[in-house]
Amino acid sequence: MDYFVQQLINGITLGSIYGLIAIGYTMVYGIIGMVNFAHGDVFMVSAFIALIAFLILTAWLGITSIALALVIVLVVSMLFTALVNWTIERVAYRPLRGSFRLAPLISAIGMSIFLSNFVQVAQGPRNKSIPPMVRGDFTLLSGGGFNVALSYKQLIIWCVTALLLAVFWYVVAKTPLGRNMRACEQDQKMAALVGVNVDRTVAMTFVIAAALAAIAGTMYLMNYGVLSFSDGFIPGVKAFTAAVLGGIGSLPGAVVGGLLVGLIETMWSGYVSIDYKDVAAFSVLAITLIFLPQGLFGRPDVEKV
Amino acid sequence: MPAAVNPDAAAPERRFDAIGALKDAGLTTLIAFGLLLPLVGFQTVTDVRNELVLKTRFPLLLALTISIGLARLVYAFSIAPWRERRAARPVAAARPARFDWSAAGAKWFIPFAIGFVVVYPLIVLAVKGRGGAVAWVDNFGIQILIYVMLGWGLNIVVGLAGLLDLGYVAFYAVGAYSYALLAKAFGLSFWILLPLAGCLASFWGLLLGFPVLRLRGDYLAIVTLAFGEIIRMVLVNWVALTNGYAGISTIPRPSFFGIPFTADDNGFAARFGLEFSPIYRTIFLYYVILGLALITAFVTVRLRRLPVGRAWEALREDEIACRSLGINTTNTKLTAFAMGAMFAGFAGSFFAARQAFISPESFTFLESATILAIVVLGGMGSQIGVAIAAIIMIGGTEILRQIDFLKQIFGSDFDPTQYRMLLFGLGMVLMMRWRPRGLITRRTPSVFLKERKSIAADLVKQGHFTEGAG
Repeated sequence: MDYFVQQLINGITLGSIYGLIAIGYTMVYGIIGMVNFAHGDVFMVSAFIALIAFLILTAWLGITSIALALVIVLVVSMLFTALVNWTIERVAYRPLRGSFRLAPLISAIGMSIFLSNFVQVAQGPRNKSIPPMVRGDFTLLSGGGFNVALSYKQLIIWCVTALLLAVFWYVVAKTPLGRNMRACEQDQKMAALVGVNVDRTVAMTFVIAAALAAIAGTMYLMNYGVLSFSDGFIPGVKAFTAAVLGGIGSLPGAVVGGLLVGLIETMWSGYVSIDYKDVAAFSVLAITLIFLPQGLFGRPDVEKV
Repeated sequence: MPAAVNPDAAAPERRFDAIGALKDAGLTTLIAFGLLLPLVGFQTVTDVRNELVLKTRFPLLLALTISIGLARLVYAFSIAPWRERRAARPVAAARPARFDWSAAGAKWFIPFAIGFVVVYPLIVLAVKGRGGAVAWVDNFGIQILIYVMLGWGLNIVVGLAGLLDLGYVAFYAVGAYSYALLAKAFGLSFWILLPLAGCLASFWGLLLGFPVLRLRGDYLAIVTLAFGEIIRMVLVNWVALTNGYAGISTIPRPSFFGIPFTADDNGFAARFGLEFSPIYRTIFLYYVILGLALITAFVTVRLRRLPVGRAWEALREDEIACRSLGINTTNTKLTAFAMGAMFAGFAGSFFAARQAFISPESFTFLESATILAIVVLGGMGSQIGVAIAAIIMIGGTEILRQIDFLKQIFGSDFDPTQYRMLLFGLGMVLMMRWRPRGLITRRTPSVFLKERKSIAADLVKQGHFTEGAG
């Protein structure tokens, strides 16, 4: 039982990170109908930006307050990642609208390969590890020789994720920008006719997706403390699994899907086999797409001529 | 304006907007600076105490930023006005009746190219001698031909049937491991196991393809990716069978119809009265892979004329129309998938026989991406294009690895091969932007009336056009 609670805590932490990335997939899919294959690598780039910002703050500027450093790192990473994703949309996806169906996906695969290799060339192929940013934990349950612990970093991840999801929900549901995004999702031509600037709305979607990925990247860095150029691929596919499981195009679905994938992964590695934990996540993806392609909260996808 | 206007008057000479171009270049420089600042401006290095520290690379950052800005400026001043003028030109005037170079070229090019690859090892042997020829035949011949074959195999799936397969390397792995395990366990020869490996790979193609092939294009791509990764992880983790990361070594090498390539009295060299040299095995392997690749090409060409091949291409153009005409889309996709997997299986067993060592490291997603890049850059569906792309990309990498003068420019620790995938990725993006139909855009139609003519790219389409998103 104790072990189960501990895995539950770990699973929710991992799931929040996946959920944040999954929102990026689901938003972009909802608005322009493409699988943004490079999103996992955008997440990885954001984690690297966070790492560099953290090193500048602590080693060069000598900021000792971790809370302050974390806030600045988060903001810096969100800004730069947003710029990266904005540029990617502008260079690699926007010119392809109206091309054949697989063109944006192929372009996104190319972008994904480019980003991970760019980081490899620019930052070196070795793993980057930093000492833990936040130490300490609460002991929730003890006894039976096993302590259930909720570490401060996990608590921070939960709180930051919840807070920023609330902000994100407000933006989508209540602001003019969110209204434009929802309009473009339903019908781009009609939205353009009633005066929505479609290009700008799509660009803003990529910016928001990148900002959420940057939060996930910073949290990932804080949680694991180790980073490599290839870290975008597996979390990216898992987050895509989360988006598909929740129903691609559905924002609450992405969050729920993220939590589910996180829980499945930790429970699988806790109770079945840690070697095959990625296989579990990938199997969830395949099974969902085969038996439940519209996901838990998605609309059935009707193909029309 | 009256209807009959002078075509030149239709495109009035626009004044060149120099200030706009400067502003644009300035903005580009600024964005490039922002993009490159964190990852190029700073480098994270592990120091002697095993701590992560930062180093700055501001000269490199400035050089890159300024060159991007200058490139944008040059583009705005020279290429953009030229493109604008070309776009403004009336279409009829831009296409005068010319001698069709590409058709005439293709007619002579293919026999010439096949003739060249057949005599290539002999030329190398004559020029470089026995010792020096091994590296040339191996690196530039066999290595490229493996990728040509894989490209042609994937071309059936991606180019003809229009199914984006991101897990193609899984079938390559199935072929390689089938050969390695069966040859070691039962001592069967290469020529028995080659078809068997192809059948097993194709069986796996059917098994994996069956549940997923009703999915739409982009979902299919991701699921094949997931299957590819699952197979790789099983290879990594099932240590009892595959020996995990350590891989399988001392895989039996193929023999010349029963005569091994060894130095003893029964060996190939002794039997034919030649002096022993490893070059004979290399040349033999070269002809084996050349034969396999040509079979792949020949089968593809013939299949395009069969009903199933036509169904593939029809499926690529419009799936809904196919279904309403009574084509069983699932079976059609499945045959394409299994056919592609079979050729990957052949290539895989050849790979295992050539290397005599395999490990899961050879079958990563990056490998799938490389093969896909070859097919995409070559022009999906065009066999010559795929072959040329494989030669440029794989041969280019080998050349990059061998030349030294770049090291003298960029310093001794400069390794050009690490830029390989960077350039592939960039190439895929640029190709989708400017030449979405690849290097070779012309197609020979599989059905024609009286006379066979190749058709220009703008007369055919590929895949489904997005609706509403345009």
